[in-house]
Amino acid sequence: MSVDTAKEPQGDVVSSGPGGLEVQPAPHLTDPITTRRLMLDVIIALIPAFLASLVFFQWNSLRVLALCLIGCLATEYLFNRVRNKPNSLSDLSAVVTAIILAFSLPPTLPWFAVLMGAIVAIALGKMFFGGLGQNIFNPAMVGRAFLMVTFASLMTTWVAPAAEPGPPVPTDRVEAVTAATPLAQIKPGDPERPLPETWRLFVGRTAGSLGETSVIALLIGAAYLLIRRTIDWTIPFGMLGAALAFAAIAYLAAPGKFANPMFHLGAGSLVFGAFLIATDLVTSPLSKSGRVVFGAGCGVLTMVIRQFGTYPEGVMFSILMMNALAPLIGRWMRPTPLGGKARG
Amino acid sequence: MSEPSLGKQFTNGLWAENPVLVMLIGMCPTLAITNSVANALTMGAATTFVLICSNVVISLLRKQLQPHLRMLVYMLIIATFVTIADYALQAYLFEMSQALGPYVPLIIVNCIILARAEICASKSGPVRSFVDGVGMGLGFTFALTILGVIRELLGMRTVLSYQVLPEAFVPWVIMILPSGAFLTLGLVIGLVTWLKTRKPADSRQNKDLEAAA
Repeated sequence: MSVDTAKEPQGDVVSSGPGGLEVQPAPHLTDPITTRRLMLDVIIALIPAFLASLVFFQWNSLRVLALCLIGCLATEYLFNRVRNKPNSLSDLSAVVTAIILAFSLPPTLPWFAVLMGAIVAIALGKMFFGGLGQNIFNPAMVGRAFLMVTFASLMTTWVAPAAEPGPPVPTDRVEAVTAATPLAQIKPGDPERPLPETWRLFVGRTAGSLGETSVIALLIGAAYLLIRRTIDWTIPFGMLGAALAFAAIAYLAAPGKFANPMFHLGAGSLVFGAFLIATDLVTSPLSKSGRVVFGAGCGVLTMVIRQFGTYPEGVMFSILMMNALAPLIGRWMRPTPLGGKARG
Repeated sequence: MSEPSLGKQFTNGLWAENPVLVMLIGMCPTLAITNSVANALTMGAATTFVLICSNVVISLLRKQLQPHLRMLVYMLIIATFVTIADYALQAYLFEMSQALGPYVPLIIVNCIILARAEICASKSGPVRSFVDGVGMGLGFTFALTILGVIRELLGMRTVLSYQVLPEAFVPWVIMILPSGAFLTLGLVIGLVTWLKTRKPADSRQNKDLEAAA
């Protein structure tokens, strides 16, 4: 079984001609899952988070998403045109990249930065490697990392969500109110600063990237993906488990210095990353055990960056780093062939 | 093997076998110091000087070289001229010398110079070696300057410290960081490869047109 066919289930069933004898490599059993079907599932799973972002960030949510879609789809189309390749827009993978990128951006990011991120995501993250299935890194995270380095200050300017209780805002004079994300609030290490209540983190009424704030909306989408078996439990379990264990140990060791695990679960993009970004089929290992290790690596690195690094949030960098290690993990923990024994 | 004309030897270094964009050698200075045009030009000039001088001297000594000692002799000759370039920079362009840091002394280990000594200077006469040195040196400077212009323009809005892009343009900080060097180099190499491989198709098209006419 070649790595490529397994990594990207295309569902092309090789039919043997009438009466013809054909020798095919395993697997002989195929199922009708297509890339398009998988991507459509992911898009459906992202709808609740999109609705939540519409409520909290309103017009900005629509604006960023539309710009990402335009940038990603146009880039993919142009690359295929220039390289005389068949048009791959209909497999919807560029749409998924666009939505995930949009959800990971701050709501007030200016249009040129959003477009640039979208173009970089598809061009540098995917098409330069040869298209879907060939890319080492998650395209959306490549786009975001590029923006993070290029426009560091724009990428860390957050606005308070709509309907935020607090002092009245003269809406006729200001466009938006900036606010710190929950993770940025704990970063200075001052335990006296008031943190948002945990319920607010889970509903998503905090400052942050468009789609990451509402844990509940993300979990609804994640449940859909798990039921549809588009993703399995391995990566989210590894990532959330490792992150929570790490946070719990740190919290128990020094409660005054580190936030509690539930805070870390609700804040930032841990849940978003665990269910929707790290689970990208192309950039994660094949075997179940490999995926658990991959997820655990993401979780530990995320917490290391959050608690000891200079950045407040580490989900993006941890996923990119583990993407780079995924081929190594794949070599170390090969999937067991059907009916065979696991090879060492 | 018949030797190419001197003109061809010259353009060889500029385009056909451009050390940076085609041969992919001399990557260390290319990636490290191209964050501004001034750096790129200075580095290019220093390397060109060393390249020309070492090419000519090695060419003059080529009959005396013992095969097993030739590398040692190359290194001594190159090191001599690098030291001259380094001290000249420190004397006349002190700030630039500080900005380039260890990369001027590191010209000694620049692959381009050793490669030209081995490929060209040790086999041909001083005139050809001189022309080769000029061509390769200018080709190196050309590649560095392209990278420098792109990176300085997008990363700091300036070219040679003159502001070119308007205030409204938000600088792309990544371009003056090392990762920007890799991205720019990759894109420029891709563009050059595309330009070079596109040529045959064009000439075929022209032939078709001629045939049709």
